Amino acid sequence: MNAAQEIASVNTTPRRSMDAVETPVRIQSPAPAPVAAREPPKLTVEKLNAWYGKNHALHDVSLTVPPRSVTAAIGPSGCGKSTFLRCLNRMHELIPGARAEGTLLIDGRNLLGRDVDPVTLRRRVGMVFQRPNPFPTMSIRDNVAAGLKLNGIPGNHGEIVERTLRQSALWDEVKDRLDASALSLSGGQQQRLCIARALAVQPEVLLMDEPASALDPIATAKIEDLIHELKERYTIVIVTHNMQQAGRVSDQTAFFYMGDLIEVGPTEKIFTNPSEKRTEDYVTGKFG
Amino acid sequence: MAPETHTDKVYEAELAQLRDRLLVMGGKVEAAIAGSVRALTERDPSLAEKVIAGDRDVNRTEVEIDDMCRRLLALRQPAASDLRFITTALKIVTDLERMGDLAVNVAERALDLSHSPPSRPFHDLTELADLSAMQLAKALDAFVERDVKKAEEVIADDDRLDALYHRLFNDLLAYMMEDSRVIRRATSTMFAAKQLERFGDHATNVAEMVVYMVRGTDVRHPGSRGGEGGAGPSA
Repeated sequence: MNAAQEIASVNTTPRRSMDAVETPVRIQSPAPAPVAAREPPKLTVEKLNAWYGKNHALHDVSLTVPPRSVTAAIGPSGCGKSTFLRCLNRMHELIPGARAEGTLLIDGRNLLGRDVDPVTLRRRVGMVFQRPNPFPTMSIRDNVAAGLKLNGIPGNHGEIVERTLRQSALWDEVKDRLDASALSLSGGQQQRLCIARALAVQPEVLLMDEPASALDPIATAKIEDLIHELKERYTIVIVTHNMQQAGRVSDQTAFFYMGDLIEVGPTEKIFTNPSEKRTEDYVTGKFG
Repeated sequence: MAPETHTDKVYEAELAQLRDRLLVMGGKVEAAIAGSVRALTERDPSLAEKVIAGDRDVNRTEVEIDDMCRRLLALRQPAASDLRFITTALKIVTDLERMGDLAVNVAERALDLSHSPPSRPFHDLTELADLSAMQLAKALDAFVERDVKKAEEVIADDDRLDALYHRLFNDLLAYMMEDSRVIRRATSTMFAAKQLERFGDHATNVAEMVVYMVRGTDVRHPGSRGGEGGAGPSA
């Protein structure tokens, strides 16, 4: 080999080809599914159908909710997301003419069975509503203890009141005025009081129906922060009109449309690369 | 963007405007690389000067597009395909700006070479230039048409570009060894060729982002993600 050939044979492989043999860049793999996802589901819904009289409001909805996670139900008005939520603690059937059919399991046990007492069920599956609804004539303390008294739960109510007010991040704001009227609190505080009231009976599942839609952004942030803390102990299902809120608080998102569950999946996937076109159209604002 | 329109028409218009600005910028970069190579082969210093001056315009457009993307992210909280479109725009604008700089580098070599005696023509250089410009044009087409197949062709064709560069490099080396007086000129030509090869790499980056934008799967750096490509943990 002469000098010219030798130089000419210098490896001139361009950079891009070199890249291919370099150690691949380590991108941290997406956050692993929460441990909860590998446990048996807390809630299992199979072929749930719901009616208001003749109006068939939910069609064959099936999904599972892992324990200690947040599931958000989103969709346009009238899509069935609130009906779905109300079926989960059998509040749906309180509406005259309304009924639900299907399988609804909590820890594998059917909730819709005739032998299940809805009142006992609602102790296990608590609910927080859109508008804060503390008992207006009761003090802060009595509001939190109301469920304990109604259900005849024995024990040191004072301790439970403090514990649940701490859990709902309200304790520091009300500890010096537990006997004041619940109505002396701001809207955001009232909503956290309602969460404390729901938590006092030690539910396993917490249902939230637009819990922050009547609140200002700071009060909303406090509720959302609280949801993050609560999911360490409770399984939460939240209905929200606010898609950013679903993105901020939930682990999985279920998109409902006209009574059908269109898609359910990890929240990150629903908001970056949904599988269903209708989900895509909804989250990008192409409905209407 | 999917063919359906957004309920919010102002948002729809903002997204369309972003896409248009990117295309305008892409067009400027295409013109710059074509101009710089012509300045090189035709020994036209005034054309080279024009390309160098035009880069300011490319840079301005980059800043403008960055601003548009930030505004959309902050005010519209885009999701799904819109989110992928805007993040793609943010990334390919950087590639386009860099491609403009590469065209400037070629133009500077053209200026330099226009003061030296002509060297023999290198057929591969013209071909390399045509192919790199075509790669950009095709990547931009793929972007506009949301055409994954076209984007994948761009990615595959980068090998052709690399092979051409490799051949030209050896050709220039041999030329220099035959006659040491041409070393300076040949090195300049080699430098210009390297810019064109890099230009093609950036076109590939654009194409890879187009695949991500349309499908939501990341085709860059295979094997660098734990599992399946995609935006998140699978269900």
